Amino acid sequence: MTTTTKPETTAVTAPDAERRERPMVEVVGLRKRFGTREVLKGMNLQVMRGSVLVILGGSGMGKSVLMKHLIGLLQPDEGKVIIDGEDISRLPAIELKRVRRKFGMVFQNGALFDSMTNYENVAFPLREHRKDLKGKVLDDKVRELFGVFSLNPDILGPRFPSEISGGQRKRVALARAVALDPEIVLYDEPTTGLDPITTDQVDEMILDAKRHLGITSIVISHDIASAFKIADHIIFVYEGEIVCEGLKAEMLSSKHAFVKQFFATWAQKNL
Amino acid sequence: MRALVATITGIGQGPIVFIREAGRHLLFLLSTLYWMPRRPFRFSQLLRHLRDVGFGSLFIVVLTGFFTGLVFGFQMLQAFRRFGAEALVGPATLLTLSRELGPVLTGLMVAGRSGSGMATELGTMRVTEQIDAMSTLAVEPMQYLVVPRVIAATVMMPLLTAIFSATGFFGCYLIGVGREGIDPGVFFYETWLALDPDDFYEGWIKAAFFGAEIAIIASYQGFTASGGARGVGEAATRAVVLSSVLILVSTYVLAELLDPLIHSYIAFDALPK
Repeated sequence: MTTTTKPETTAVTAPDAERRERPMVEVVGLRKRFGTREVLKGMNLQVMRGSVLVILGGSGMGKSVLMKHLIGLLQPDEGKVIIDGEDISRLPAIELKRVRRKFGMVFQNGALFDSMTNYENVAFPLREHRKDLKGKVLDDKVRELFGVFSLNPDILGPRFPSEISGGQRKRVALARAVALDPEIVLYDEPTTGLDPITTDQVDEMILDAKRHLGITSIVISHDIASAFKIADHIIFVYEGEIVCEGLKAEMLSSKHAFVKQFFATWAQKNL
Repeated sequence: MRALVATITGIGQGPIVFIREAGRHLLFLLSTLYWMPRRPFRFSQLLRHLRDVGFGSLFIVVLTGFFTGLVFGFQMLQAFRRFGAEALVGPATLLTLSRELGPVLTGLMVAGRSGSGMATELGTMRVTEQIDAMSTLAVEPMQYLVVPRVIAATVMMPLLTAIFSATGFFGCYLIGVGREGIDPGVFFYETWLALDPDDFYEGWIKAAFFGAEIAIIASYQGFTASGGARGVGEAATRAVVLSSVLILVSTYVLAELLDPLIHSYIAFDALPK
């Protein structure tokens, strides 16, 4: 239930040490129902600071609903979502804004603002929250973010999201998500639709964010190879419950019928 | 027995849905009012929507206003000619345009053009998760997307209504003076005698109310859209139909509310001293 990796500590004060020891994300008894359908059935989860959690599972099993609870886009019917020691499950909208500053989120299809250019999309969070960045400094920061994700700001910046490829859109979305140096980044299928080279770059980027910046990453994925590569901990969600957790060995040796079928199908195609 | 229960359930379902939706619209309005006075104020967004609602609807409002004035003047002349009171066509037209037809027809035009546009844009943002993305970037979508639209529609509607009434009056002038040969001096003098500023205020208050109504309904429909392109289309249709119906209903309610206020004031003012 608990992810394992903790970032190396230097000289830290007592409150800092305490903060580092507690989970960055904690979910307790989370239940959510839409109409008559119970999508999350009392889920429990802990993610330690600076680790990578990968959520696997079939489509429509509650993975995205779980992720939307983590960032406060949905409120649980029962249970708690604790972010960095603070229960956000009942916070009013104005308080949630403050908590969300800790997050970046990459949506499945990028969710770039289609009325803005790619440059404006990346600049958007900086303009909203970094009032100290103006003119040339802001421009430099946006260009730097484009560069981090191997995007050419002069060519792709002035174009609209609809005018670039799916892979490029995803990278622009990644650049926007990390623009404010978040402590936690949520990825909803970050490598779906990407070519193998770009997929590998995204994986490396998630690992770099963990190694160098201590960013906590939570990744929903169907890409099992990527999951095994980047995860410090994997959970498998089936019909709103965690039915298997651990790492590659635990996943491949699971006795759960759906998990066995899931990995057997993958193994047939890839091994 | 089962059929009877189903029929009764079906009959009861309508009012339940109506009350639930009315309540949700009201909560949406309250949420808009909650975010309205809070910083940061979105001036660039506001300017964009002032332009979209105001300038965007200008042509259709001018066109509708002009032809409404033409046809209204034409029909009024038929009636007034029987009493030899053709000169009253100007004040009768302007009074009707400024107090009722102006705000209502402008509202219907703005609902059709800007209301559907708002619902479509916000609906597309909803189904492509752009609104969720905005929330995750710690920017409140109600404040960024809805508040500027509501303010813009509330501010621009009275202006558009004034333009509608003016072009309608011009249309009536062409019929009365140009076609019927009424003396322009008499035409304007009769209008000046018959109308008070209060007649315009009533129309502008109604127009502002309709503007807020259109923007709230359209934004709500966009925010709650689901189910891809079809869902967005349905949201736009619902936005136009609901706001049009509500304009027609609320114009009567507002007339009942505003008339006594305005006219009691006038009557009091006109008492012999």
